[in-house]
Amino acid sequence: MNTPSPSALRIDSVSKSFGSLAALKKVNIDIKQGEFFGLLGPNGAGKSTLISIVAGLTRMDSGAVSVMGHDSVRDFRSARRKLGVVPQELVFDPFFKVHEVLRIQAGYYGCGAEALPWIEEMLERLELRDKRNTTMRSLSGGMKRRVLIAQALVHKPPVVILDEPTAGVDVELRRTLWAFMRDLHANGTTVVLTTHYLEEAQEMCERIAILDHGEIQALESTPALLARQPFRFLKVRLPENSALPDHLQSLVSSEENHFIELKLNTSTHPVGKVLDMLRSAGIAVEDVHTRDPDLEDIFVELTQ
Amino acid sequence: MNPDQIGFYTLLKKEILRFTSVMAQTVGAPVITAILYLLVFAQAMQGRASAYEGITYTQFLLPGLVMMTVIQNAFANTSSSLIQSKLMGNLVFLLMSPLGPLQWFCAYVLAALLRVTIVGIAMLAATMPFVDLPVEAPLMLVAQFLLAGGTLAVLGLITGIVAQRFDHIASVTNFVIAPASFLSGVFYSVHSLPPLWYTVSHLNPFFYMIDGFRYGFFGYSDVAPWISLSWSAGFFVLCTTICMIMLSTGYKLRN
Repeated sequence: MNTPSPSALRIDSVSKSFGSLAALKKVNIDIKQGEFFGLLGPNGAGKSTLISIVAGLTRMDSGAVSVMGHDSVRDFRSARRKLGVVPQELVFDPFFKVHEVLRIQAGYYGCGAEALPWIEEMLERLELRDKRNTTMRSLSGGMKRRVLIAQALVHKPPVVILDEPTAGVDVELRRTLWAFMRDLHANGTTVVLTTHYLEEAQEMCERIAILDHGEIQALESTPALLARQPFRFLKVRLPENSALPDHLQSLVSSEENHFIELKLNTSTHPVGKVLDMLRSAGIAVEDVHTRDPDLEDIFVELTQ
Repeated sequence: MNPDQIGFYTLLKKEILRFTSVMAQTVGAPVITAILYLLVFAQAMQGRASAYEGITYTQFLLPGLVMMTVIQNAFANTSSSLIQSKLMGNLVFLLMSPLGPLQWFCAYVLAALLRVTIVGIAMLAATMPFVDLPVEAPLMLVAQFLLAGGTLAVLGLITGIVAQRFDHIASVTNFVIAPASFLSGVFYSVHSLPPLWYTVSHLNPFFYMIDGFRYGFFGYSDVAPWISLSWSAGFFVLCTTICMIMLSTGYKLRN
Protein backbone atom coordinates (compact mmCIF):
# COMPACT_ATOMS: atom_id res chain seq x y z
CA MET A 1 0.00 0.00 0.00
CA ASN A 2 1.38 3.40 -0.94
CA THR A 3 1.71 5.88 1.90
CA PRO A 4 0.44 9.32 0.91
CA SER A 5 3.22 11.79 0.22
CA PRO A 6 3.59 14.36 3.01
CA SER A 7 2.57 17.97 2.62
CA ALA A 8 5.27 20.23 1.27
CA LEU A 9 4.57 22.63 4.12
CA ARG A 10 2.19 22.03 6.97
CA ILE A 11 1.45 24.82 9.44
CA ASP A 12 -0.59 23.44 12.27
CA SER A 13 -2.33 25.75 14.73
CA VAL A 14 0.64 28.11 14.99
CA SER A 15 0.36 31.00 17.43
CA LYS A 16 2.84 33.71 18.24
CA SER A 17 2.57 36.80 20.40
CA PHE A 18 4.95 39.68 20.94
CA GLY A 19 4.02 40.94 24.39
CA SER A 20 0.34 41.75 24.27
CA LEU A 21 0.24 41.72 20.46
CA ALA A 22 -1.03 38.45 19.03
CA ALA A 23 0.84 38.25 15.72
CA LEU A 24 -0.51 34.82 14.77
CA LYS A 25 -3.64 33.16 16.13
CA LYS A 26 -3.78 29.40 15.56
CA VAL A 27 -2.91 29.59 11.87
CA ASN A 28 -3.44 26.42 9.82
CA ILE A 29 -2.15 26.04 6.27
CA ASP A 30 -1.46 22.83 4.39
CA ILE A 31 0.47 23.24 1.14
CA LYS A 32 0.69 20.24 -1.16
CA GLN A 33 3.83 19.21 -2.95
CA GLY A 34 4.20 20.94 -6.29
CA GLU A 35 1.82 23.80 -5.49
CA PHE A 36 2.43 27.44 -6.34
CA PHE A 37 0.95 29.01 -3.24
CA GLY A 38 0.33 32.66 -2.42
CA LEU A 39 0.39 34.05 1.10
CA LEU A 40 -1.09 37.52 1.03
CA GLY A 41 -1.98 40.10 3.59
CA PRO A 42 -1.55 43.77 4.41
CA ASN A 43 1.48 45.05 6.28
CA GLY A 44 1.46 43.77 9.83
CA ALA A 45 -0.85 40.87 9.00
CA GLY A 46 1.65 38.30 10.30
CA LYS A 47 3.10 37.01 7.01
CA SER A 48 6.73 37.73 7.88
CA THR A 49 6.30 36.31 11.38
CA LEU A 50 4.85 33.13 9.88
CA ILE A 51 7.69 32.83 7.38
CA SER A 52 10.24 33.48 10.13
CA ILE A 53 8.74 30.65 12.16
CA VAL A 54 8.83 28.27 9.19
CA ALA A 55 12.43 29.28 8.43
CA GLY A 56 13.52 28.80 12.05
CA LEU A 57 14.26 32.48 12.64
CA THR A 58 11.54 32.87 15.25
CA ARG A 59 10.23 30.43 17.82
CA MET A 60 6.47 29.86 17.84
CA ASP A 61 4.52 29.96 21.11
CA SER A 62 2.44 26.93 20.19
CA GLY A 63 1.61 24.76 17.21
CA ALA A 64 3.78 22.81 14.79
CA VAL A 65 5.40 23.27 11.40
CA SER A 66 6.66 20.53 9.14
CA VAL A 67 8.47 20.71 5.82
CA MET A 68 8.11 17.66 3.59
CA GLY A 69 7.01 15.73 6.68
CA HIS A 70 9.93 16.81 8.87
CA ASP A 71 9.06 18.67 12.05
CA SER A 72 10.78 22.07 12.03
CA VAL A 73 11.80 21.80 15.70
CA ARG A 74 12.34 18.12 16.51
CA ASP A 75 13.87 17.31 13.12
CA PHE A 76 15.11 20.77 12.22
CA ARG A 77 18.10 19.61 10.17
CA SER A 78 16.00 17.60 7.70
CA ALA A 79 13.27 20.26 7.62
CA ARG A 80 15.74 23.04 6.82
CA ARG A 81 17.50 21.00 4.13
CA LYS A 82 14.14 20.76 2.34
CA LEU A 83 13.51 24.49 2.52
CA GLY A 84 14.93 27.54 0.75
CA VAL A 85 13.90 31.03 1.81
CA VAL A 86 14.50 34.28 -0.04
CA PRO A 87 14.40 36.89 2.71
CA GLN A 88 12.63 40.17 2.21
CA GLU A 89 15.55 42.35 3.33
CA LEU A 90 18.69 42.78 1.22
CA VAL A 91 21.06 41.04 3.60
CA PHE A 92 24.55 40.01 2.55
CA ASP A 93 28.02 39.21 3.81
CA PRO A 94 30.30 42.02 2.59
CA PHE A 95 33.49 39.97 2.97
CA PHE A 96 32.85 37.51 0.18
CA LYS A 97 32.54 37.33 -3.59
CA VAL A 98 29.37 36.11 -5.26
CA HIS A 99 30.63 32.60 -6.05
CA GLU A 100 32.15 32.29 -2.56
CA VAL A 101 28.83 33.23 -0.98
CA LEU A 102 27.08 30.53 -2.99
CA ARG A 103 29.67 27.86 -2.18
CA ILE A 104 29.48 28.72 1.53
CA GLN A 105 25.70 28.61 1.44
CA ALA A 106 25.78 25.22 -0.33
CA GLY A 107 28.24 23.96 2.28
CA TYR A 108 25.95 24.90 5.16
CA TYR A 109 23.40 22.53 3.64
CA GLY A 110 25.93 19.72 3.30
CA CYS A 111 26.53 20.17 -0.45
CA GLY A 112 30.11 19.82 -1.63
CA ALA A 113 31.63 19.94 -5.09
CA GLU A 114 28.52 18.32 -6.59
CA ALA A 115 26.76 21.69 -6.18
CA LEU A 116 29.19 23.49 -8.51
CA PRO A 117 27.37 22.79 -11.84
CA TRP A 118 24.08 23.95 -10.29
CA ILE A 119 25.77 27.10 -8.97
CA GLU A 120 27.08 27.81 -12.46
CA GLU A 121 23.63 27.21 -13.93
CA MET A 122 22.04 29.61 -11.45
CA LEU A 123 24.67 32.25 -12.15
CA GLU A 124 23.74 31.90 -15.82
CA ARG A 125 19.97 31.89 -15.29
CA LEU A 126 20.02 34.85 -12.92
CA GLU A 127 22.45 36.74 -15.16
CA LEU A 128 25.13 36.85 -12.49
CA ARG A 129 27.96 35.22 -14.43
CA ASP A 130 29.78 38.52 -14.98
CA LYS A 131 29.56 39.26 -11.26
CA ARG A 132 30.84 35.95 -9.92
CA ASN A 133 34.12 37.50 -8.71
CA THR A 134 32.56 40.71 -7.43
CA THR A 135 32.33 41.22 -3.68
CA MET A 136 28.81 41.48 -2.34
CA ARG A 137 29.26 45.03 -1.08
CA SER A 138 30.00 46.20 -4.65
CA LEU A 139 26.77 44.86 -6.16
CA SER A 140 23.70 46.96 -6.94
CA GLY A 141 20.47 46.28 -5.07
CA GLY A 142 19.04 44.30 -7.97
CA MET A 143 22.16 42.14 -8.22
CA LYS A 144 22.12 41.50 -4.48
CA ARG A 145 18.51 40.38 -4.82
CA ARG A 146 19.56 37.89 -7.52
CA VAL A 147 22.25 36.49 -5.23
CA LEU A 148 19.69 36.11 -2.44
CA ILE A 149 17.51 34.08 -4.79
CA ALA A 150 20.48 31.91 -5.78
CA GLN A 151 21.39 31.39 -2.11
CA ALA A 152 17.89 30.14 -1.35
CA LEU A 153 18.04 27.66 -4.23
CA VAL A 154 21.65 26.53 -3.95
CA HIS A 155 20.84 23.27 -2.16
CA LYS A 156 17.97 22.51 -4.57
CA PRO A 157 15.25 22.57 -1.92
CA PRO A 158 11.89 21.00 -2.84
CA VAL A 159 10.11 23.89 -1.06
CA VAL A 160 10.98 27.53 -1.75
CA ILE A 161 9.56 30.54 0.06
CA LEU A 162 9.86 33.90 -1.67
CA ASP A 163 9.17 36.73 0.76
CA GLU A 164 8.28 39.70 -1.41
CA PRO A 165 11.00 38.91 -3.94
CA THR A 166 9.98 41.62 -6.40
CA ALA A 167 9.69 44.50 -3.94
CA GLY A 168 11.60 47.40 -5.47
CA VAL A 169 13.12 45.45 -8.36
CA ASP A 170 13.09 46.39 -12.01
CA VAL A 171 11.02 44.78 -14.74
CA GLU A 172 13.94 42.79 -16.11
CA LEU A 173 14.68 41.05 -12.83
CA ARG A 174 11.00 40.45 -12.27
CA ARG A 175 10.74 38.68 -15.61
CA THR A 176 13.94 36.72 -15.02
CA LEU A 177 12.76 35.65 -11.59
CA TRP A 178 9.31 34.53 -12.70
CA ALA A 179 10.68 32.62 -15.67
CA PHE A 180 13.09 30.83 -13.34
CA MET A 181 10.37 30.11 -10.80
CA ARG A 182 8.02 28.77 -13.45
CA ASP A 183 10.73 26.35 -14.58
CA LEU A 184 11.42 25.22 -11.03
CA HIS A 185 7.71 24.81 -10.38
CA ALA A 186 7.30 22.83 -13.61
CA ASN A 187 10.02 20.50 -12.32
CA GLY A 188 8.09 19.84 -9.11
CA THR A 189 9.34 22.51 -6.72
CA THR A 190 6.75 23.85 -4.32
CA VAL A 191 6.76 27.64 -4.33
CA VAL A 192 5.28 29.82 -1.60
CA LEU A 193 5.07 33.47 -2.53
CA THR A 194 4.27 36.54 -0.49
CA THR A 195 3.87 39.74 -2.42
CA HIS A 196 2.06 43.03 -2.42
CA TYR A 197 1.76 42.84 -6.21
CA LEU A 198 -1.60 41.11 -6.30
CA GLU A 199 -1.64 40.74 -10.06
CA GLU A 200 1.52 38.62 -9.74
CA ALA A 201 -0.14 36.40 -7.17
CA GLN A 202 -3.29 36.09 -9.28
CA GLU A 203 -1.25 35.12 -12.32
CA MET A 204 1.21 32.74 -10.65
CA CYS A 205 -0.52 31.11 -7.69
CA GLU A 206 -2.78 28.08 -7.79
CA ARG A 207 -4.00 28.62 -4.24
CA ILE A 208 -4.00 31.69 -2.07
CA ALA A 209 -4.28 32.33 1.64
CA ILE A 210 -5.16 35.81 2.85
CA LEU A 211 -3.88 36.58 6.30
CA ASP A 212 -5.03 39.56 8.32
CA HIS A 213 -4.55 40.40 12.00
CA GLY A 214 -2.83 37.06 12.49
CA GLU A 215 -5.77 35.01 11.19
CA ILE A 216 -6.50 33.29 7.91
CA GLN A 217 -9.36 35.20 6.26
CA ALA A 218 -9.51 33.02 3.16
CA LEU A 219 -7.70 29.97 1.86
CA GLU A 220 -8.90 28.77 -1.53
CA SER A 221 -7.84 28.05 -5.06
CA THR A 222 -7.32 31.27 -6.97
CA PRO A 223 -10.40 30.77 -9.21
CA ALA A 224 -12.57 29.90 -6.19
CA LEU A 225 -11.29 32.95 -4.34
CA LEU A 226 -12.08 35.16 -7.30
CA ALA A 227 -15.56 33.62 -7.61
CA ARG A 228 -16.42 33.81 -3.92
CA GLN A 229 -17.60 37.41 -4.07
CA PRO A 230 -21.01 37.80 -5.76
CA PHE A 231 -19.96 41.09 -7.31
CA ARG A 232 -19.51 42.39 -10.79
CA PHE A 233 -18.35 45.82 -11.74
CA LEU A 234 -20.25 47.93 -14.25
CA LYS A 235 -18.60 51.02 -15.64
CA VAL A 236 -20.83 53.48 -17.49
CA ARG A 237 -20.29 56.84 -19.12
CA LEU A 238 -23.29 59.11 -18.83
CA PRO A 239 -24.09 62.10 -21.05
CA GLU A 240 -23.01 65.46 -19.69
CA ASN A 241 -25.54 67.01 -17.30
CA SER A 242 -26.92 63.55 -16.49
CA ALA A 243 -26.80 62.28 -12.95
CA LEU A 244 -27.13 58.81 -11.59
CA PRO A 245 -30.57 58.12 -10.04
CA ASP A 246 -30.55 58.36 -6.26
CA HIS A 247 -31.36 54.69 -5.70
CA LEU A 248 -28.14 53.70 -7.56
CA GLN A 249 -25.85 56.17 -5.78
CA SER A 250 -25.07 53.68 -3.00
CA LEU A 251 -23.60 51.29 -5.57
CA VAL A 252 -20.92 53.71 -6.82
CA SER A 253 -17.42 52.38 -6.11
CA SER A 254 -15.39 54.95 -8.07
CA GLU A 255 -15.62 57.83 -10.50
CA GLU A 256 -12.96 58.67 -13.02
CA ASN A 257 -12.76 60.50 -16.38
CA HIS A 258 -16.55 60.77 -16.76
CA PHE A 259 -16.90 57.06 -16.03
CA ILE A 260 -18.82 55.87 -13.00
CA GLU A 261 -18.07 52.38 -11.69
CA LEU A 262 -20.81 50.54 -9.86
CA LYS A 263 -20.18 47.54 -7.67
CA LEU A 264 -23.14 45.23 -8.25
CA ASN A 265 -24.27 42.28 -6.26
CA THR A 266 -25.21 39.88 -9.05
CA SER A 267 -28.17 38.46 -7.14
CA THR A 268 -29.82 41.76 -6.21
CA HIS A 269 -28.52 44.01 -8.97
CA PRO A 270 -27.76 42.05 -12.14
CA VAL A 271 -26.10 44.15 -14.83
CA GLY A 272 -29.11 43.96 -17.18
CA LYS A 273 -31.45 45.18 -14.46
CA VAL A 274 -29.24 48.15 -13.62
CA LEU A 275 -29.00 49.13 -17.29
CA ASP A 276 -32.80 48.89 -17.49
CA MET A 277 -33.06 51.14 -14.44
CA LEU A 278 -30.82 53.72 -16.12
CA ARG A 279 -32.90 53.53 -19.28
CA SER A 280 -36.12 53.88 -17.27
CA ALA A 281 -34.67 56.98 -15.65
CA GLY A 282 -34.23 58.46 -19.12
CA ILE A 283 -30.44 58.22 -19.12
CA ALA A 284 -28.88 57.27 -22.45
CA VAL A 285 -25.69 55.51 -21.45
CA GLU A 286 -22.85 56.46 -23.85
CA ASP A 287 -20.39 53.66 -23.04
CA VAL A 288 -20.42 50.48 -20.97
CA HIS A 289 -17.69 48.18 -19.56
CA THR A 290 -18.05 45.29 -17.20
CA ARG A 291 -15.42 43.34 -15.30
CA ASP A 292 -15.21 40.56 -12.74
CA PRO A 293 -13.62 41.36 -9.41
CA ASP A 294 -9.87 40.81 -9.44
CA LEU A 295 -7.72 39.67 -6.55
CA GLU A 296 -7.22 43.23 -5.39
CA ASP A 297 -10.98 43.69 -4.98
CA ILE A 298 -11.24 40.43 -3.02
CA PHE A 299 -8.20 41.37 -0.95
CA VAL A 300 -9.62 44.77 -0.05
CA GLU A 301 -13.00 43.20 0.75
CA LEU A 302 -11.43 40.67 3.12
CA THR A 303 -8.93 42.89 4.85
CA GLN A 304 -10.84 46.15 5.24
CA MET B 1 32.16 13.59 4.86
CA ASN B 2 28.47 13.50 5.73
CA PRO B 3 26.30 16.63 5.22
CA ASP B 4 26.61 17.67 8.88
CA GLN B 5 30.39 17.49 8.71
CA ILE B 6 30.43 19.47 5.46
CA GLY B 7 28.24 22.12 7.13
CA PHE B 8 30.56 22.39 10.10
CA TYR B 9 33.67 22.46 7.93
CA THR B 10 32.12 25.20 5.76
CA LEU B 11 31.34 27.42 8.72
CA LEU B 12 34.82 26.86 10.14
CA LYS B 13 36.37 27.71 6.77
CA LYS B 14 34.21 30.81 6.46
CA GLU B 15 35.25 32.03 9.90
CA ILE B 16 38.91 31.40 9.06
CA LEU B 17 38.57 33.24 5.74
CA ARG B 18 36.96 36.13 7.59
CA PHE B 19 40.06 36.84 9.67
CA THR B 20 42.69 35.73 7.14
CA SER B 21 41.28 38.16 4.57
CA VAL B 22 42.31 41.00 6.89
CA MET B 23 45.51 39.49 8.37
CA ALA B 24 47.20 42.86 8.89
CA GLN B 25 44.38 43.86 11.18
CA THR B 26 43.68 40.52 12.87
CA VAL B 27 47.22 39.16 13.24
CA GLY B 28 49.73 41.89 12.34
CA ALA B 29 48.32 44.62 14.58
CA PRO B 30 48.14 42.61 17.84
CA VAL B 31 51.63 41.22 17.28
CA ILE B 32 53.07 44.71 16.75
CA THR B 33 51.21 46.05 19.80
CA ALA B 34 52.48 43.24 22.02
CA ILE B 35 56.06 43.67 20.80
CA LEU B 36 55.85 47.40 21.54
CA TYR B 37 54.68 46.59 25.07
CA LEU B 38 57.62 44.24 25.41
CA LEU B 39 60.14 46.82 24.19
CA VAL B 40 58.80 49.65 26.32
CA PHE B 41 58.34 47.69 29.52
CA ALA B 42 61.59 45.76 29.16
CA GLN B 43 63.42 49.07 28.74
CA ALA B 44 61.56 50.83 31.55
CA MET B 45 61.93 47.97 34.01
CA GLN B 46 65.52 47.18 33.13
CA GLY B 47 67.52 46.29 36.23
CA ARG B 48 64.45 45.54 38.32
CA ALA B 49 64.60 42.27 40.22
CA SER B 50 62.65 39.49 38.53
CA ALA B 51 59.89 37.58 40.25
CA TYR B 52 61.70 34.30 39.80
CA GLU B 53 65.33 33.54 40.37
CA GLY B 54 67.40 33.21 37.21
CA ILE B 55 64.65 34.70 35.02
CA THR B 56 65.03 38.20 33.61
CA TYR B 57 62.12 40.63 33.63
CA THR B 58 61.86 40.46 29.84
CA GLN B 59 61.64 36.67 30.01
CA PHE B 60 59.01 36.97 32.76
CA LEU B 61 57.02 39.49 30.73
CA LEU B 62 56.85 37.71 27.37
CA PRO B 63 54.56 34.75 28.29
CA GLY B 64 52.17 37.15 30.00
CA LEU B 65 52.07 39.39 26.95
CA VAL B 66 51.44 36.41 24.69
CA MET B 67 48.58 35.26 26.91
CA MET B 68 47.12 38.76 27.20
CA THR B 69 47.13 39.02 23.41
CA VAL B 70 45.52 35.58 23.15
CA ILE B 71 42.81 36.60 25.62
CA GLN B 72 41.98 39.85 23.85
CA ASN B 73 42.10 38.46 20.32
CA ALA B 74 40.13 35.29 21.00
CA PHE B 75 37.38 37.46 22.47
CA ALA B 76 37.55 39.95 19.60
CA ASN B 77 37.38 37.25 16.93
CA THR B 78 34.10 35.63 17.93
CA SER B 79 32.36 38.71 19.30
CA SER B 80 33.09 40.86 16.24
CA SER B 81 32.12 38.12 13.81
CA LEU B 82 28.78 37.52 15.46
CA ILE B 83 27.84 41.17 15.96
CA GLN B 84 28.79 42.01 12.36
CA SER B 85 26.59 39.19 11.08
CA LYS B 86 23.79 40.36 13.35
CA LEU B 87 23.97 43.98 12.31
CA MET B 88 24.47 43.24 8.60
CA GLY B 89 21.54 40.82 8.81
CA ASN B 90 23.45 37.98 7.17
CA LEU B 91 23.17 35.89 10.33
CA VAL B 92 19.82 34.72 8.90
CA PHE B 93 21.71 32.46 6.48
CA LEU B 94 23.25 30.64 9.41
CA LEU B 95 20.06 30.66 11.45
CA MET B 96 18.09 29.15 8.55
CA SER B 97 20.74 26.52 7.87
CA PRO B 98 20.65 22.97 9.23
CA LEU B 99 23.71 23.62 11.40
CA GLY B 100 23.14 22.75 15.05
CA PRO B 101 24.34 24.59 18.16
CA LEU B 102 27.37 22.33 18.66
CA GLN B 103 28.55 22.94 15.08
CA TRP B 104 28.17 26.70 15.55
CA PHE B 105 30.05 26.55 18.81
CA CYS B 106 32.94 24.42 17.56
CA ALA B 107 33.38 26.33 14.29
CA TYR B 108 33.51 29.75 15.94
CA VAL B 109 35.77 28.63 18.78
CA LEU B 110 38.18 26.68 16.57
CA ALA B 111 38.52 29.62 14.16
CA ALA B 112 39.33 31.91 17.08
CA LEU B 113 41.85 29.38 18.42
CA LEU B 114 43.54 29.23 15.03
CA ARG B 115 43.80 33.02 14.95
CA VAL B 116 45.33 33.26 18.42
CA THR B 117 47.68 30.36 17.65
CA ILE B 118 48.98 32.29 14.64
CA VAL B 119 49.26 35.45 16.74
CA GLY B 120 51.04 33.62 19.57
CA ILE B 121 53.50 31.85 17.28
CA ALA B 122 54.18 35.10 15.42
CA MET B 123 54.92 36.88 18.72
CA LEU B 124 57.25 34.15 19.94
CA ALA B 125 58.97 33.93 16.56
CA ALA B 126 59.46 37.71 16.37
CA THR B 127 60.98 37.89 19.88
CA MET B 128 63.00 34.68 19.71
CA PRO B 129 66.23 36.46 18.66
CA PHE B 130 66.04 38.74 21.72
CA VAL B 131 64.38 36.71 24.47
CA ASP B 132 65.45 33.21 25.39
CA LEU B 133 62.42 31.29 26.63
CA PRO B 134 62.79 27.80 28.07
CA VAL B 135 59.90 25.34 27.90
CA GLU B 136 59.74 23.38 31.17
CA ALA B 137 56.19 21.99 31.07
CA PRO B 138 54.98 21.84 27.47
CA LEU B 139 51.71 20.04 28.25
CA MET B 140 50.70 22.67 30.80
CA LEU B 141 51.68 25.39 28.34
CA VAL B 142 49.51 23.95 25.56
CA ALA B 143 46.62 23.18 27.94
CA GLN B 144 46.56 26.72 29.34
CA PHE B 145 46.86 28.22 25.88
CA LEU B 146 43.91 26.20 24.57
CA LEU B 147 41.78 26.74 27.67
CA ALA B 148 42.43 30.49 27.72
CA GLY B 149 41.90 30.93 23.98
CA GLY B 150 38.84 28.70 24.07
CA THR B 151 37.31 30.39 27.10
CA LEU B 152 37.71 33.88 25.67
CA ALA B 153 36.36 32.74 22.32
CA VAL B 154 33.30 31.41 24.13
CA LEU B 155 32.98 34.63 26.14
CA GLY B 156 33.13 36.49 22.82
CA LEU B 157 30.33 34.29 21.50
CA ILE B 158 28.20 34.95 24.58
CA THR B 159 28.80 38.69 24.28
CA GLY B 160 28.04 38.58 20.55
CA ILE B 161 24.78 36.76 21.25
CA VAL B 162 23.66 39.22 23.91
CA ALA B 163 24.93 42.40 22.21
CA GLN B 164 22.61 44.39 20.00
CA ARG B 165 25.13 47.05 18.94
CA PHE B 166 28.90 47.42 18.44
CA ASP B 167 28.82 49.65 21.53
CA HIS B 168 27.93 46.67 23.69
CA ILE B 169 30.95 44.72 22.43
CA ALA B 170 33.20 47.75 22.92
CA SER B 171 31.92 48.20 26.47
CA VAL B 172 32.72 44.61 27.45
CA THR B 173 36.12 44.87 25.71
CA ASN B 174 37.07 48.17 27.35
CA PHE B 175 35.53 47.75 30.78
CA VAL B 176 35.89 44.01 31.42
CA ILE B 177 38.35 42.19 29.16
CA ALA B 178 41.08 44.83 28.91
CA PRO B 179 41.20 45.78 32.63
CA ALA B 180 40.97 42.15 33.76
CA SER B 181 43.77 41.11 31.40
CA PHE B 182 46.00 44.07 32.40
CA LEU B 183 45.43 43.36 36.12
CA SER B 184 46.15 39.67 35.90
CA GLY B 185 49.86 39.62 36.57
CA VAL B 186 51.11 40.16 33.02
CA PHE B 187 53.57 42.85 34.09
CA TYR B 188 54.26 41.78 37.67
CA SER B 189 54.08 38.89 40.09
CA VAL B 190 51.00 39.09 42.32
CA HIS B 191 53.33 38.49 45.29
CA SER B 192 54.53 42.08 44.85
CA LEU B 193 50.98 43.43 45.43
CA PRO B 194 49.50 44.72 48.71
CA PRO B 195 47.34 42.10 50.51
CA LEU B 196 43.99 43.45 49.24
CA TRP B 197 45.02 43.45 45.59
CA TYR B 198 46.77 40.14 46.07
CA THR B 199 43.41 38.66 47.15
CA VAL B 200 41.47 40.44 44.39
CA SER B 201 43.90 39.12 41.78
CA HIS B 202 43.07 35.59 42.88
CA LEU B 203 39.44 36.20 41.90
CA ASN B 204 40.45 37.09 38.36
CA PRO B 205 40.27 34.03 36.09
CA PHE B 206 42.76 35.61 33.68
CA PHE B 207 45.38 35.53 36.45
CA TYR B 208 45.27 31.72 36.50
CA MET B 209 45.48 31.52 32.70
CA ILE B 210 48.60 33.69 32.66
CA ASP B 211 50.19 32.16 35.72
CA GLY B 212 49.64 28.62 34.44
CA PHE B 213 50.91 29.56 31.00
CA ARG B 214 54.03 31.08 32.55
CA TYR B 215 54.56 27.86 34.52
CA GLY B 216 54.69 26.01 31.21
CA PHE B 217 57.75 28.04 30.24
CA PHE B 218 59.67 28.39 33.53
CA GLY B 219 58.38 25.70 35.85
CA TYR B 220 57.68 28.50 38.37
CA SER B 221 54.34 30.13 39.15
CA ASP B 222 52.56 32.26 41.76
CA VAL B 223 50.05 29.49 42.53
CA ALA B 224 50.33 25.73 42.13
CA PRO B 225 49.90 24.73 38.46
CA TRP B 226 47.05 22.32 39.17
CA ILE B 227 45.10 25.18 40.80
CA SER B 228 45.61 27.34 37.69
CA LEU B 229 44.59 24.48 35.45
CA SER B 230 41.49 23.78 37.55
CA TRP B 231 40.44 27.45 37.47
CA SER B 232 40.99 27.69 33.71
CA ALA B 233 39.15 24.43 33.04
CA GLY B 234 36.32 25.36 35.39
CA PHE B 235 35.88 28.76 33.77
CA PHE B 236 35.87 27.16 30.32
CA VAL B 237 33.21 24.65 31.36
CA LEU B 238 31.08 27.40 32.93
CA CYS B 239 31.28 29.67 29.85
CA THR B 240 30.69 26.75 27.51
CA THR B 241 27.61 25.65 29.43
CA ILE B 242 26.12 29.15 29.33
CA CYS B 243 26.94 29.54 25.64
CA MET B 244 25.50 26.16 24.66
CA ILE B 245 22.27 26.93 26.52
CA MET B 246 22.03 30.23 24.63
CA LEU B 247 22.71 28.61 21.27
CA SER B 248 20.35 25.71 21.91
CA THR B 249 17.46 27.91 23.01
CA GLY B 250 18.15 30.58 20.38
CA TYR B 251 18.44 33.20 23.11
CA LYS B 252 18.62 36.67 21.50
CA LEU B 253 19.15 34.96 18.14
CA ARG B 254 15.80 33.43 17.21
CA ASN B 255 13.51 36.24 18.37
